[in-house]
Amino acid sequence: MPTIVVEVMPKPEILDPQGKAIANALPHLGFTGFSSVRQGKRFELTVDGEVTEELLESARTAAAEMLSNPVIEDVVSVTVAEDL
Amino acid sequence: MTAETPLIGDHTAPETSPLAGARIGVVTFPGTLDDRDAARAVRLGGGTPVPLWHAEDALHGVDAVILPGGFSYGDYLRAGAIARFAPVMNTIITEAGAVAGSPLPVLGICNGFQILTEAHLLPGSMIKNDHLKFTCRDQVLRVENTETAWTSQFTQNELITVPMKNQDGQYVVDDATLHALEDQGRVVFRYVGASPNGSKNDIAGVTNERGNVVGLMPHPEHAVEAGYGPDDATGLRDGTDGLTIFTSVVSSLTGGNA
Repeated sequence: MPTIVVEVMPKPEILDPQGKAIANALPHLGFTGFSSVRQGKRFELTVDGEVTEELLESARTAAAEMLSNPVIEDVVSVTVAEDL
Repeated sequence: MTAETPLIGDHTAPETSPLAGARIGVVTFPGTLDDRDAARAVRLGGGTPVPLWHAEDALHGVDAVILPGGFSYGDYLRAGAIARFAPVMNTIITEAGAVAGSPLPVLGICNGFQILTEAHLLPGSMIKNDHLKFTCRDQVLRVENTETAWTSQFTQNELITVPMKNQDGQYVVDDATLHALEDQGRVVFRYVGASPNGSKNDIAGVTNERGNVVGLMPHPEHAVEAGYGPDDATGLRDGTDGLTIFTSVVSSLTGGNA
């Protein structure tokens, strides 16, 4: 089944408390090479049949109007993945 | 009034109250927690609570609407993000934004505030508290706008204490909107003392340009009855500062001293 993948991240200027907590916890397991972490979201929209330009466009609209909140988040990508 | 009010259960207002004409809808979404408390606060404030259901678009002729606290749809996607698309919200968004006549007064408490920002009825958004902990405490607020239907009976800069309990309580908004909110006096409630969650400018609650829609993170509906509220000078759990929100809207709607 083809799948449209939408990735959403907190805006750069918005503090990401979850990412900060993860960054603080990483050294506890010995992962000391990472200076910061930001946590986002990935949505997989499954399509029955072919991904048309029309479907892709409606995925972009859904990403902008529902899957993300433009006040705090950016849609960083809307892509098609054939074999998930 | 309190002596005749059952502590739990029936929250239908007696029709004999002179102010019972103010009918205030309280919306229940899947995952709403504080709808009964909000309905009870409406009645203690002199109004008639009307239960509204998320899946119906009818508002049953109510004069105002409260979106209560809780975790609608389990906070899935973002707090308030799914509830914003419920049928009842379509009607509320239309009536709250009505250009002609008086727009519907709407109050969003906690998750209700989050729903109002997701619905774009109020600016900004809420993210996780900067300290990452769930907060549950009695919180002092300053009332900085007494022009709204929901705050008309407060005095300017009055300090009130009401409970606050949330995880996603940090108010964020872009700088331009923040300046507009401050310049236009649209910060209705501001945290007093150390910031409880990292909110921009210590903002606890805001209103829209017309002043009919108000949202706040703390819970005035949990501070409406002596014995069940925050501690105050008169005794343990005797704080009833939140009641003024509900008497304000009832008074505004019934042509009182708004």
